[in-house]
Amino acid sequence: MKVLVTVKRVVDYAVKVRVKPDGSGVDLSNVKMSMNPFCEIAVEEAVRLKESKVASEVIVASVGPSQSSEQIRTALAMGADRGIHVEVEQELPPSVVSRALKFIVLKEKPSLVILGKQAIDDDCNQTGQMLAQILDWPQGTFVSKVKVEGEKVQVTREVDRGLETLELRLPAIITCDLRLNEPRYATLPNIMKAKKKPVEKLGLKDLNCDPLHGIQTLSVFEPHKRQGGNKVESVAELIDKLRNEAKVI
Amino acid sequence: MWSTSLARASISLRSNTTKTCFGYSKIHRDTCLQLHSSASAMAALVIAETDPTRSQLQGSSLAAITATSQMIAKEEPQDNEIHLLMAGFSSDSEAVKKAKGIQQISKIYVVPSPNEATEKLFKYGVAEWMAPCIQYLQDKYKFSHIVAGASTFGKNIMPRVAASLEVSQISDITGVEGSDVFIRPIYAGNALSKVKCTDPVKVVTVRGTAFEKAVLKEAQNLPVEELSFTPETNASKCVKWLSEEVSQSERPDLTSARVVISGGRGLKSADNFKILEALADKLGAAIGASRAAVDAGFCPNEMQVGQTGKAVAPELYIAVGISGAIQHLAGMKDSKVIVAINKDPDAPIFQVADYGLVADLFEAVPEMTKLLDQNAKTAVHS
Repeated sequence: MKVLVTVKRVVDYAVKVRVKPDGSGVDLSNVKMSMNPFCEIAVEEAVRLKESKVASEVIVASVGPSQSSEQIRTALAMGADRGIHVEVEQELPPSVVSRALKFIVLKEKPSLVILGKQAIDDDCNQTGQMLAQILDWPQGTFVSKVKVEGEKVQVTREVDRGLETLELRLPAIITCDLRLNEPRYATLPNIMKAKKKPVEKLGLKDLNCDPLHGIQTLSVFEPHKRQGGNKVESVAELIDKLRNEAKVI
Repeated sequence: MWSTSLARASISLRSNTTKTCFGYSKIHRDTCLQLHSSASAMAALVIAETDPTRSQLQGSSLAAITATSQMIAKEEPQDNEIHLLMAGFSSDSEAVKKAKGIQQISKIYVVPSPNEATEKLFKYGVAEWMAPCIQYLQDKYKFSHIVAGASTFGKNIMPRVAASLEVSQISDITGVEGSDVFIRPIYAGNALSKVKCTDPVKVVTVRGTAFEKAVLKEAQNLPVEELSFTPETNASKCVKWLSEEVSQSERPDLTSARVVISGGRGLKSADNFKILEALADKLGAAIGASRAAVDAGFCPNEMQVGQTGKAVAPELYIAVGISGAIQHLAGMKDSKVIVAINKDPDAPIFQVADYGLVADLFEAVPEMTKLLDQNAKTAVHS
């Protein structure tokens, strides 16, 4: 079966972003960008399915700016077979990205689409669910274990209460949680090989998808800063302060 | 606004209805046609999440009710009702009786299930069942807002609901500025975004710790409408709920506890988490963890506090052996008082801690437990 996996280019997880003084957004100039950590887990899972002969082909798709081709190449170096890059100029919300992905799914007809559970920039946690709805496919979100058996897939989900197991009939959508796997590093020979793998470039127009959506960002601002940094000398002093100054115990 | 899809081929035939008015089955479509013209006053709908074992509304749903009442506060009086959907329950169930005690609620919809399997699909929030059910209700009553807590239950369902209604979804809001303007954290809480939703219905999830919980008082005499609903979608037929594994704990719920003690990599082993338990017992605290501690197998993942785990905002948060990575801070920096115990004086956690103690946690935590013990005894004697 074919597996489609999606990747997003985001600010590196270790970067502490700064808000632009004019409140128009966060400053991303000269900031290190990487593949969204949850997308790496998705790619790894797709490649593992191929290595265990469950998947015959792994296609990686990204909806993003021209530089997103770097993240597609990374996925190809990890073991994906070919890429599809939907080039867009502006940052798009999940409602648009999911519609763009829908057309790729209808074109490629994968049995399984694997996405990260959320992008660490917009923190939306929506795209996989929206894609599942518009395809009328079942969804396994926040997944930490995947077991494909014939026409079905068993997924273990990380939920607030603990773990939950669902059975989905394929085709289905899966979104990855952190504990699904540990993504591999691409080796140099694989990075070289990835340069020769095909990447198809498309625009939203090719997908018959318009970028309209119902969200307007009015402003972006700094959260309230905490006045931390006070140190105490001993456990006794700590308890005294918590009891008599902060009055929380 | 959205592009064509196979399932939507029939919309053009009913162009006199609103665009959100198409159910999955013919029967629903007809009902929706009839009711659309008669409905003028609007209400907001909150999707209730209940603890399946205790018939009790989850804290995140109670916070969602408070947030919803802020959203509709400026609407016309006849429009500012909040209705509650309790899928998988019957009108006379214990959970519904309890929910009648929430003063902000004006009406409850219940969807009793003919069998145990479908009851589970609703109660555990299986999105392929919940989303068409909510869409059916929306077609019938045209709510101004559809709101749920940003728990795994709400996060799983609501984007699906939004997509079915062809609107956007606003995730994990921490503030309400108007009926269509919301504040939400982005970049792991390092920035806040003020967004305006221009869609006809606002589909929103609410961060539970950012709003007071609606209080349960004496039950009111509320109308309860019973719906019989079974989705007829492909997706709903392709999903089966099999089982769950729940960690049993006597401790308070992490997201609503007054005090939280969290352990990180510095605890070095699962066994060492016991020293946190002794202290948690003294303070009536819940125990949380950093991702490092969960990944190392010291504790189960549902204890994880952070950007991708749970958001907590207790009165007192004690971080033990946690360095304070951006992703961890995202889940706890709204706590009222933060205490850090760490032997590394340069750990970033100290920058947000109101009280920092540079010490070996293996000495400091037992000492703290012991001192609290002695103090308690003195208090009793005096």
